[in-house]
Amino acid sequence: MRPASAGPDGRAGRRRRQSAAGSPGLPRWILLPAALGFLAVLLPLAAMAARVNWSEFLPLVTSPASLTALGLSLRTAAASTLLCVVLGTPAALVLARTRFPGQQLLRALVLLPLVLPPVVGGIALLYTFGRRGLLGQTLEVLGIQIAFSTTAVVLAQTFVAMPFLVVSLEGTLRTAGNRYEAVAATLGARPTTVLTRVTLPLILPGLASGAVLSFARALGEFGATLTFAGSLEGVTRTLPLEIYLQRETDPDAAVALSLVLVAVAAVVVAVSYRKTFTGALDAAAR
Amino acid sequence: MSFQLEAEVAARGFGVSLALAPGETVAVLGPNGAGKSTLLSVAAGLLRPDAGRAVLDGRTLFDLPAGPWLAPHLRGTVLLAQEPLLFPHLSVLDNVAFAPRSAGAGRRSAREAARRWLAEVDALELAGRRPAELSGGQAQRVAVARALAADPQLLLLDEPLAALDVAAAPMLRRLLKRVLAGRRAVIVTHDVLDALMLADRAVVLEDGRITEDGPVRRILERPRSRFAAGLAGLNLVSGTVAGDGLLAADGAGGLTGTTVTGTPDPAAATGQPGIAVFRPAEVSVFAEPVHGSPRNTFAVTVSDVEPQGSHLRVHAGGLYADITVAAAADLDVAPGMALYFSVKATAVEIYPA
Repeated sequence: MRPASAGPDGRAGRRRRQSAAGSPGLPRWILLPAALGFLAVLLPLAAMAARVNWSEFLPLVTSPASLTALGLSLRTAAASTLLCVVLGTPAALVLARTRFPGQQLLRALVLLPLVLPPVVGGIALLYTFGRRGLLGQTLEVLGIQIAFSTTAVVLAQTFVAMPFLVVSLEGTLRTAGNRYEAVAATLGARPTTVLTRVTLPLILPGLASGAVLSFARALGEFGATLTFAGSLEGVTRTLPLEIYLQRETDPDAAVALSLVLVAVAAVVVAVSYRKTFTGALDAAAR
Repeated sequence: MSFQLEAEVAARGFGVSLALAPGETVAVLGPNGAGKSTLLSVAAGLLRPDAGRAVLDGRTLFDLPAGPWLAPHLRGTVLLAQEPLLFPHLSVLDNVAFAPRSAGAGRRSAREAARRWLAEVDALELAGRRPAELSGGQAQRVAVARALAADPQLLLLDEPLAALDVAAAPMLRRLLKRVLAGRRAVIVTHDVLDALMLADRAVVLEDGRITEDGPVRRILERPRSRFAAGLAGLNLVSGTVAGDGLLAADGAGGLTGTTVTGTPDPAAATGQPGIAVFRPAEVSVFAEPVHGSPRNTFAVTVSDVEPQGSHLRVHAGGLYADITVAAAADLDVAPGMALYFSVKATAVEIYPA
């Protein structure tokens, strides 16, 4: 939320410092596995950065194929993030604010794409929207073909990214509680008014961080996209697919484009952790 | 035109029947977990009872299990909680304008109404602030304005002063006294002062049941429940009237079966259930049994000693005695000690239960 008065912030700050000062200390040996843990993440990134051909960097990332792939990636990731927000917010509201039989099972199933190999998701989508798929046959009669189109890219990204939004938003809703909503209802606000004037403004930080996470996941989508949408330049070949292709023919280009994705990911992480995450935590704590 | 409510919530052992006349304010007193908040939640429509019926000015709020159930926003019952719960993303003015806006007023007229209500609670100068910039007392004043702006037919107050510091509470109590005058309200409170100042009538809720119902003063002067006796600062023994005394029935420490001699109310006839009350200050404490003028002497074991104003309050056998610090020092009173509580018969009032 907005910066609070000095009181809560100051308190939070003090608490953090105290716990650091009052920590009983870790055994020293834990530093070794911890260092290995950090290295496991950072070393490959450093190794890749070391291989970047800096003199050729700009021409490589601004080649027509690269720009086309980057533009497609940004457009489809934005579209699927929008879809995630529009569909995932109601889903999170239903999971957090209602109780019905089978809810636990539904929650588990909706979160399945988080742990499912994306290629399996791609196959599932193919059997839904593909020519011989569950809905695909009907759509085909109507003259709509989804598989191997840009729409398919958006659907694949939405499929894998939606759970991120639902999980993070449901958590925000649960920590926020429904006391403000109860007060609003007794003040005479209809359920729709409560949702738009109280619930949504209160969970906005959580929604933003969920959207950022979804966007990042959509941007990096590879397996489901390749399976369900293929790799047509300008239509379905997003940046991760372009990188995978270039790796065969032009490793320098692949490395340069990878660095672009790392940069985008770094920006996303910085934005979501610096602003929205602390904001969401503050809002929840208040 | 009145408010009537009957409700059963089996899972919480809650079963209450309550009626309010127009313009009447009723205080609900009771220990923690007695069901006071359950009562408000049921009236506000936030908790669905298993069975019961509520009617507010001829409108049926609910008639369960088979009949209608009105959603909270259609009831005209506004809840004011212990915490102000101002919407943090709205300014003070828009918080107060929330109910008029929800009722369909335009932004401008809703804000005008909000200004009027803020002026009513002397908080107009706070209109432009955010809730995070208010003190606890200011926020609760704004919350009162927000509740009143909804024009409630029944105002439900859940310990509205409990979260305020001692400096802010008196001011808000005066404010509530002003705005509750002539308004129909149910106010849940722990504080006997709230009940005396704000309510026309009080009910005592214990274990999900109403155990007393009457004018606040009557309940405090002649309590029938142990809880009300505690609020009034009185010792209470219940039992059966027997001549000039009362045969103690409940397990008030070792008093069961003892006869408490006192001054019976003319209406207290032998054989009927009765109550004996006496002030802790009238109780003398001795190390040895005493005899003499018509008095009661109870052998008790001290369970606790705590300061009470300029005196010490000795808890023993379910009774209290207020004694001077000097007397306590002479007796060397400590928990676990066997003592004799003595109270003159003239200081004990006995009346029908």
